[in-house]
Amino acid sequence: MMSELSLIVLLPLLAAVGAAAMPRSAGLWGLGATVVTAALAVSLALGLMNGGGRMVAISGMAAPLGIRFVADGLSVLMVLMTSSVSIAVALQASSWGVWPNRVVPERAASLRAGFWPLWLATMAAMNALFLSGDLFNIYVAFEILGLTAVGLTALSGTPAALRASFDYLSAGLVGSLLLLLGVAMAYSAIGRVDIAAVPVLSDLVSGRIALGLIVAGLAVKAALFPLHFWMPAAHSSATPVASALLSALVVKAAIYVILRLSIESGDAMGSLRLALALMGTCAMFWGAYGAIRATRLKLLVAHSTVAQVGLIVMAIAVSGETAQYAGFWQAAALLMVSHALAKAAMFIAVGRIAEELGHDRISGLNRDELRPAAAEFAFGIAAVSLIGLPPTAGFIGKWMLIDGLIEREAWIWVALVLTGTAMTAAYLSRVVSRFLRGGPHISARAEQPAWRIGDLAALGLATVALLLGLASALPLALLEVTVL
Amino acid sequence: MTPDFIYIFAGAGLVGLAMYRLATRRDMLLRVLALNFLAIGVAMILQASAFGETLTDAVPQAFVLTGIVVLVGVTAALLALAEQIDGHDDE
Amino acid sequence: MTPFLPVAILMASLCAAPLNMFVPENATRLRWLVNIGAASLKLGFVIWLVRVVAQGGAPNLRFNVAPGLDFHLQADALSVLFLSLSALLWLITTVYAIGYLAHGAGRSRFFCFFSLCVASTAGIAMAGNLFTFLIFFELLTLATYPLVVHRGTADAHRAGRIYLAYTLGGGLALTLGTIWLYALAGDVTFTPRGMLGDLPQTHPVALTLIFILLIGGVGVKAALVPLHGWLPLSMVAPAPVSALLHAVAVVKAGAFGIMRIVYDVYGIETAQLLGLATPLALLAGATIMWGSICALTQDDLKKRLAYSTVSQVSYITLGIALASPLAAIGGLTHLIHQGIMKITLFLAAGNFAEGHGVKKVSQMDGMGRLMPVSMFAFTIGALGMIGIPPLAGFLSKWYLGAGGLQAGQPAVIALLAASSLLNAAYFLPILHRAWFRAPPVGRKPGRNLGWMMVVPPALTAGLIIAAGLFANAPFSPLGWTRFIVSLEYL
Repeated sequence: MMSELSLIVLLPLLAAVGAAAMPRSAGLWGLGATVVTAALAVSLALGLMNGGGRMVAISGMAAPLGIRFVADGLSVLMVLMTSSVSIAVALQASSWGVWPNRVVPERAASLRAGFWPLWLATMAAMNALFLSGDLFNIYVAFEILGLTAVGLTALSGTPAALRASFDYLSAGLVGSLLLLLGVAMAYSAIGRVDIAAVPVLSDLVSGRIALGLIVAGLAVKAALFPLHFWMPAAHSSATPVASALLSALVVKAAIYVILRLSIESGDAMGSLRLALALMGTCAMFWGAYGAIRATRLKLLVAHSTVAQVGLIVMAIAVSGETAQYAGFWQAAALLMVSHALAKAAMFIAVGRIAEELGHDRISGLNRDELRPAAAEFAFGIAAVSLIGLPPTAGFIGKWMLIDGLIEREAWIWVALVLTGTAMTAAYLSRVVSRFLRGGPHISARAEQPAWRIGDLAALGLATVALLLGLASALPLALLEVTVL
Repeated sequence: MTPDFIYIFAGAGLVGLAMYRLATRRDMLLRVLALNFLAIGVAMILQASAFGETLTDAVPQAFVLTGIVVLVGVTAALLALAEQIDGHDDE
Repeated sequence: MTPFLPVAILMASLCAAPLNMFVPENATRLRWLVNIGAASLKLGFVIWLVRVVAQGGAPNLRFNVAPGLDFHLQADALSVLFLSLSALLWLITTVYAIGYLAHGAGRSRFFCFFSLCVASTAGIAMAGNLFTFLIFFELLTLATYPLVVHRGTADAHRAGRIYLAYTLGGGLALTLGTIWLYALAGDVTFTPRGMLGDLPQTHPVALTLIFILLIGGVGVKAALVPLHGWLPLSMVAPAPVSALLHAVAVVKAGAFGIMRIVYDVYGIETAQLLGLATPLALLAGATIMWGSICALTQDDLKKRLAYSTVSQVSYITLGIALASPLAAIGGLTHLIHQGIMKITLFLAAGNFAEGHGVKKVSQMDGMGRLMPVSMFAFTIGALGMIGIPPLAGFLSKWYLGAGGLQAGQPAVIALLAASSLLNAAYFLPILHRAWFRAPPVGRKPGRNLGWMMVVPPALTAGLIIAAGLFANAPFSPLGWTRFIVSLEYL
């Protein structure tokens, strides 16, 4: 009897095998699995809203040896986030051909054959990670995730992508080893590794060291400053579809675990929290600085991810007294979802722009006769979400964050968040003003390329991110659901 | 000198050596080797924690096994990438 | 029935926006249908709403967004005042814009963002709490930016950058102030006489700082000195943009915001208690003088009008900040009157530029002979601004002066007199040149303006005369503002 939880993990994995075995129908496998998994995720969410959190013990064994899947509000929200972004990305990837008997150019065929198995396996690993109930299972999921994500990065086969993949994988391995060390230390301290054991860990000195090691490993995987050096190159040299997935989803896996640990450990771990908050702040400024100086769109967006990851980690880190203000971690979760939607939309839009213009240099955006207006519009709407302007979900997340900070009279942090917002506005408005520049008054022959499905996907995602703010009550209600 | 101390010190030594190499050398093959050393060092430290009073604890050993499996897979991927990169450089 | 009207008003322009994006560039009839249709529909809904509110109804829409945060649309007397101004002027300006941009490029994009602007203004008018107000206020910034840079030239983009810097910066201040106030006071619903309870006793410093943040945030759009720098620069935008946005939507939204914050969040008594009303009044007074003085030195016609806007909008602020009912009536009525007058001036100025390439005051010789209708409209607008009875502007200045006396500040009368003199100083020379000098020989006529560009300014000029003559009619702006102010003071 397969429960929904196991199916959400198993289905993409099986589909990955299918797509790898039958490369010509890889598109079918991919789209099919994505849609079915999304449907499962939605039904899971609905079931949760009605019935409360769920737990499934795989093969009936209990902790510490058994593996458990736990579905509470936060995990299911993350799964939903993954599914919705996957659908949009799947739509864009379907431009490489879906039906097995249609003839596609060789390059598209090889991309398709490589992309789907890798992405489906990534999705399976991420779902497993989100639904895991213990730290070791999380480690295993990270390993799968690391390999498949590197595969996605290297998919385009360019020298820059290969080099970036090598660095990504090396950094990933170091992060994994730190994580493993931490998990083993945790086990040797208290004999358990399930997530519910984290509060016990934070009471012991050895437990705190273990948690520190785990968080260090996670920081490498999340590309938190100063361990972020691998990310801009990796995300900017991958194909846009892969970049969308990497920036929007894969980094969220590590951030999710940091969030989980933060919620469980409650008020403890003050110095670790402070370190995370400081690193997050530095990431915010460093990423913004990199984005301001970027000359290529993809690099700008990748640096923007570094900055946004910093903001989200800072939001998680300052949620110290969770008993006093639960809104913090909910704000962080909302920021994560909003960023995922907006960033994926942005990368897909950038991919379309590069596809039409043949390059992604920012200075060349308005010089061409061809103006990919739909993609530019999607980029603009996604930018609104990233800056955190109303009525997006990013705005609501920032509101909750600043509200909590004001209540704790943490004025310095408020100033830092606002400065980060201002810098984000600066580099994104630079790009948007380029889109509006020159214009039909100067280049009367400017024409628009035909609409492709990627434009629709990007616009759809960006619009959802824009309007999600007003519908924030829904995800917030979902987050309230806990496992009893 | 009990066995677990030896393991811990040896493991820590390997880790230190590996980190030094990673920080100073850019050559890809050397980095792959350094990463392997790092993983083996960590595995040894983990093994040390498995030593119990009478029975060795199986769970940390399971951790180590998983780590080794992962290491093999990752090393294979790294070497494949390195070869592809070299192939491009030679052209 | 209850949430229908606010939502319908909002949706009329909101749905027009994406529809416009799909209209092909040269499908003028379709564009006409979409835009005029949406504008007429919206005006119809607004008229319906006026009647409902006049009978005591209070249509509203409310739903929860996050803990402690509600999205709240509420149609009260003040919203209806602002709404009717923007809906009527949107219709008129749309006609003008279609004519103005007749063969320009990028029209679909233009009208898409034009509709978004009006939707945002409607949202600002109907916002029932500070959170909803903030949402639409920021949306207005985003919707107006592409319009400011519409021409796409380097100048336009420079102005756009500065505009964005000012307005986004103001937005940050407004956001911080709003969040802070929510943290202190919970849901900040707009209530006449204010809703702060006894917070002023417990947190005077915090409330003062919040006030500065909030007023600073809306003050950027309201062009309060020293936050007015963006307004003259944004005159690079096409004439319909300058007319509607910078005479009606953006600047009035700022003034409207000041009104809401001072009357419906703090309450005039609390504002006086905290010592905030007097500095605001002083700032308004300084803006009035500074704007007028700068207008004197400008040769570019639109820039002169821009500085005049800076000065005139602060009449509204002054009316609000002087704690007297008569001044409030004056200020609020001026919101309507100044909107109608300014739009007339800008539409006429647009006609001068397009019809004869005249962009500077020094080029205005003989305009009365060349373009009599537009010049007549301009004249009415200018005379109204100076405050000549029985035109609209006279009434609002009268009430402001009376209010100044009522508040025990006779200096206000001196200020108004000086400002009117300055108004005369920068408007009368233009009128003199236009009517009493011969046009320069050898000037090539520009394009032929169709009725779409000539009728709207004449129409709004008629409105100026009507608003002045029929001020005591039941649904006149004056009667309406009397009702609104009575809610606050009695």
